[in-house]
Formats: sequence, C-alpha cells, structure tokens
Amino acid sequence: MNKVLFFAHLRDTVGQESITIEAAGKTVGQVKAEMSEKYNLQKLDTVMTAVNEEFASNDELINDGDEIAFIPPVSGG
Amino acid sequence: MNFEIAKEPINTQSVIDKVVQREAGAITTFIGTVRELTKGKKTLYLVYDAYEPMAVKKLEQIGSEIETRWTGAKVAITHRVGKLDITDIAVVIAVSTPHRADSYEANRYAIERIKEIVPIWKKEHWEDGEEWIGNQLETKSYPTGKPEEEDLNE
Repeated sequence: MNKVLFFAHLRDTVGQESITIEAAGKTVGQVKAEMSEKYNLQKLDTVMTAVNEEFASNDELINDGDEIAFIPPVSGG
Repeated sequence: MNFEIAKEPINTQSVIDKVVQREAGAITTFIGTVRELTKGKKTLYLVYDAYEPMAVKKLEQIGSEIETRWTGAKVAITHRVGKLDITDIAVVIAVSTPHRADSYEANRYAIERIKEIVPIWKKEHWEDGEEWIGNQLETKSYPTGKPEEEDLNE
C-alpha cells in the first residue's frame, strides 16, 4: 500500500491530508493522472512530486510502501 | 540540529550561536518577517504549513550546497510554521565564513533556494478572503514532475 500526501490548495480540494492507495508498479505520472481525475485537481503541471521525501520525475516507478507527496509550488521564506 | 522547522517563535540568537566558529571572520543573519502590505493588499495574518521531514532534508541539502560552494561556511536555518502575525519572524538564516563577502553571498543563496525547493507553503489571510500562495502568476510548470537543473540555478 502507498500513502499519498496532499498539501496547500491540493489538501483543501481533496479534503484530506492523506489517503492510502495501491500504487506499486505504477509510475509517478500515472498516479498523478489518477488523482487528478478522481479529485478533479487543477493545474497539476505546476505540482511537483516527492517519493519518500525526495523529488521524483513522472517516469519513476512506485514500489510498495513508498510514500508519495504532491508538492504545489512552494512559498516559504 | 542546524536545520529546523519550529512551531514556536524563533530565537534568533540561538540560530546565530550554531554557526559560531573560530575560523569565521563574519556571520550574516537573514530574518524573514511577515509583511503587512503586498501590492497594496493588506494581510491580516499568515499560516505556514510544511511537509516537515522533507523540509528539514531540503534545508540540510541547502546547507551542504553552501558548504561545497563557499569553503569554510557553516549554516543554520530555522523556519517557523503555524499562524504568524504581521512583523513575526518566519525564517532565520545564519551563515558564518572566514571572509565577509562569502557570508553575504551564501546567505542570499540560502533564502533563494528555500523559495525553490523546500516544501513549505504560506496561506495569506486578508479582510476579504484567504489563499494558498504558490507561484501567483502560474507561469512555472514542471513538465517532468520535478524541478530541473535550470529551475534550481536561477
């Protein structure tokens, strides 16, 4: 199983901080597309993805147990 | 712990103390504070949120980058999360180096990098609404899903 974390406006849209899905064998891009469709998420091309707390590209494969996080444009500082 | 996410007000001196070293001839301190007016619009308060474990890792990464680029540099960064009022301190960056020019440069580098790669978000609260602030112009996209080299070196 995989935990998927949402932050900032994505969290507001989804209405949850995290969900659990089965994503092993899928790519980051596939998971992103599925989430986008399921929750009607807008402007996902500006959203980065992290797998196990490190930025990941869309073609990276997800393993069982990986933590996936969608990272909207950051605004710290 | 030179790189921290804090839920309580930041003690600036304690961040500075972490970079004190006998080899240093300079310590620069950057203090980021909550501004009231942005393009004429009045902010009431901000709420910062972070993906905390990754944010700490990315702050550590910035520290390593600085220590590689500026020989002898020592870095400490604390970023606050939660509700912050106008004039509150959101971030403190302290950098010590053997010579002052490096210290200024490296400190500037740190704050610019925070704005690129550290997963922290602010939500502006105004009199007439609220919004998560990202790239407000929505001009930035990540076609491959992550920041590329050129995004990281602007």
